[in-house]
Amino acid sequence: MDEKLLELVDVSKKFDITEALKDINLYIRRNEFVTLLGPSGCGKTTILRIIGGFEQPTTGKVLFEGQDITSLPPYKRKVNTVFQRYALFPHMDVFENIAFGLNIKKIPNDEIEKKVKKMLELVNLSGYEERTIDSLSGGQQQRVAIARALVNEPDVLLLDEPLAALDLKLRKGMQIELKNMQQSLGITFVYVTHDQEEALTMSDTVVVMNDGVIQQIGSPEDIYNEPRNVFVADFIGESNILDGIMIKDYLVEFGGQKFNCVDKGFGENRPVDVVIRPEDVKIVGEEDGMLTGRVKSVIFKGVHYEMLVESQDYTWMIHSTLMEPVGKMIGLNILPDDIHIMAKGRRSHE
Amino acid sequence: MNRKSIIAYPYVIWMVLFIVVPILLVFYYGFTVDTGAGAKFSLENFRRFFEPVYLMVLLRSFALAALSTFICLLLGYPLAMILASKDFERKNIMLLLLIVPMWMNFLLRTYAWLTLLEKKGIINSLLSALNLPTINIIYTTKAVVLGMVYNFLPFMVLPIYTVLSKIDKSVIEAAQDLGANSLTTFKKVIFPLSLPGVISGITMVFMPAVTTFVISRLLGGGHYKLIGNLIEQQFLSVYDWNFGSAISIIMMIVILISMGILSKYEEVREGGGLL
Repeated sequence: MDEKLLELVDVSKKFDITEALKDINLYIRRNEFVTLLGPSGCGKTTILRIIGGFEQPTTGKVLFEGQDITSLPPYKRKVNTVFQRYALFPHMDVFENIAFGLNIKKIPNDEIEKKVKKMLELVNLSGYEERTIDSLSGGQQQRVAIARALVNEPDVLLLDEPLAALDLKLRKGMQIELKNMQQSLGITFVYVTHDQEEALTMSDTVVVMNDGVIQQIGSPEDIYNEPRNVFVADFIGESNILDGIMIKDYLVEFGGQKFNCVDKGFGENRPVDVVIRPEDVKIVGEEDGMLTGRVKSVIFKGVHYEMLVESQDYTWMIHSTLMEPVGKMIGLNILPDDIHIMAKGRRSHE
Repeated sequence: MNRKSIIAYPYVIWMVLFIVVPILLVFYYGFTVDTGAGAKFSLENFRRFFEPVYLMVLLRSFALAALSTFICLLLGYPLAMILASKDFERKNIMLLLLIVPMWMNFLLRTYAWLTLLEKKGIINSLLSALNLPTINIIYTTKAVVLGMVYNFLPFMVLPIYTVLSKIDKSVIEAAQDLGANSLTTFKKVIFPLSLPGVISGITMVFMPAVTTFVISRLLGGGHYKLIGNLIEQQFLSVYDWNFGSAISIIMMIVILISMGILSKYEEVREGGGLL
């Protein structure tokens, strides 16, 4: 598990004058499910295209099992891609699409037939061999695209927002199926998405990106619980981000109150960003709260209520399963564990 | 009857006057002979066409048109590919160069070749000035084919270009991703996907090439007879409208059959063409 299968070393990419990627250093282990997560235009697809061989990095190297493959054309790489809009061959039927890669490798016909059949079973499309591509639904085309890539038994499967075009329910189902496939086949997945929930659900490792720079690499839990900067905190889930002052180790002041926290090493009386998740703000009676505020709005979100609470100098977003009426004064408490301190000026670079 | 159909009336009248009536007249003349005492139904005109002299003309027309179409395809496909490639910066200038000659009169363009190719024409003057051997292709098959290719090449390039530039780039990347090198990608993906354009191109070159009489008369000299010249002759010099009409009908049938075969093939391959 610790073996580095694929590695990007100091990779940067310029399109004309715009810098799409800046000094990307990233390695992917065998059998890992890595997700590149970020807003559109952050460079995540460019990384995928560099791994696939469709773009050349302006500087830097791509290593595969330690070998430099930077200038290797796509058809020589042991990597297959599931494209964003599937890119199925419209002039071929389902069988021919899936068999395309095997045919090129000159594998005997009976073996091709066996493999394609097995793949179709895997993606729940048995019996669809002779269907034309335009007679398939979006979800089915998506499965054909996955089967077409997987049948070649690649070492790495690249997926470029493969579920973006599907409706919510289908997307949830496919997330689980993809994860299962990845585990049962033992293939390394590199998955690109802008959907933070998708990233957290499926990945072993999440790479959060913004403006062509890697913001944080870590497990979904790390990324969610210990965001390294304000961008990550804001992008992964929702956050209350306040200006605060780190008075000394384990003590921070914000909203006019001093709070115990678990962070240290910022120095004394330093301005910091304080990040608190909406579900970590506890609602108590007005007189019991360290902070007080007035409920401004309440929205029912299904599992919880989303409330905006106006305190002295900040409007809090709070998720709670209990509803408080609009206009009521309430108290707010935050546990030391739930206060995340970030140094100022680390918003995008680090 | 609603208002929409009223708007269509001018077109219906136009069609009846200039398409239906002429075709009916052609059929009338084709299936009758002039006996002096009036017209009489007869298949004589058609029987006459199957004499070897005329069949040879038909065969020659088809052979020349097929050859020209083939050369157009050989020249046009790579040109269309260059035009369709994204990195080609001077694309608009090239497209313009391709289209501008089409703005000029067809006759004028063909006459221009006459001056170029003549025994003491521009090309030969240049060649002899450079002490090179002169070429002598005017009034030969070569000149006719050259004229056809020159005149009809844009009709081959444009439909292929249109289809090629519409091919989703990610489909090509998918082929490469699955292990296909450039040649295999072309054979298995790009060419099959461009077939509707190729078929449109073939149709648009072959049809005018097989019926042309101007090119063969100007560049082939008087002695080079194609089916178009034969028909023209029947109407304008021999005044045998009946035989001319019969040949026209036969051409119509032959063209309809070949268009039918082509469009059948196109249907299988899906995509829009001109038929």
